[in-house]
Amino acid sequence: MERKTKISAEDGKQDLVITRDFDLPVELLFKAYIEPEIVEQWMGTKVLKLENREHGSYQFETTDPKGNKHRFSGVVHEFVLDQKITRTFEMENTPFPVQLEFLEFEKITDDTSKLSMHIVYKSVAFRDQMLHLPFAQGINMAHNRIQEIVSKLK
Amino acid sequence: MNLRRDVFQAIADPTRRAILLLVATQSMTAGAIAANFDTARPTVSKHLQILTECELLEQEQNGREVYYHINAKKMKEVAEFIEPFRQLWDDRFNKLEAIMKNYKSKK
Repeated sequence: MERKTKISAEDGKQDLVITRDFDLPVELLFKAYIEPEIVEQWMGTKVLKLENREHGSYQFETTDPKGNKHRFSGVVHEFVLDQKITRTFEMENTPFPVQLEFLEFEKITDDTSKLSMHIVYKSVAFRDQMLHLPFAQGINMAHNRIQEIVSKLK
Repeated sequence: MNLRRDVFQAIADPTRRAILLLVATQSMTAGAIAANFDTARPTVSKHLQILTECELLEQEQNGREVYYHINAKKMKEVAEFIEPFRQLWDDRFNKLEAIMKNYKSKK
């Protein structure tokens, strides 16, 4: 299958770019970022606040399988309907510093669009850590599964 | 963990990725590899050194020449390494696309 989502992360830089083509008109793609009920569905999170305007802010809350709540929040710096959102993103109560996100929405045809998400981190090391986080979590999950299976065997 | 990061940074560089592609199909000497790039020979040597240190490339002595070839096992490991991050976003965006397609047809 073709890989629709691409990650570009250059050597020794503190940023990365995520790009993705959608079989959706750009207006619908943009809507998925500004309608709280829709954000909740695809991000798998609860939206506590989502102000789509310059100097507005947002706050999301997710609950992990153990029932722990994690909050994510940020401030909107630029907001141009169907084109652009520039915002900060931070995972509350974690050692990870705030990151800056430049989201650009682009019309390709009437029915297709492109999203480019440029993320700037505080340092190269923090970028690499964020990049490796899902890998580490995957390892942990696999490890937990093994533990579960092993404990059932006892 | 350090080694991991080094490997990751090794493949993040465009020239080094080009080198990996070059030697993916055949073993080549440093000179033959360098002939494919406009960059200075010492720069290419430095790239080869980094790739070898990260075990993405392996050296093989053949008479007086040293040939470089790809370490397929390590390459696979690295590809899997960044893959979960890409997968995470791909899953989210697939969901977004499905939801919005549905949203469109309901309207």
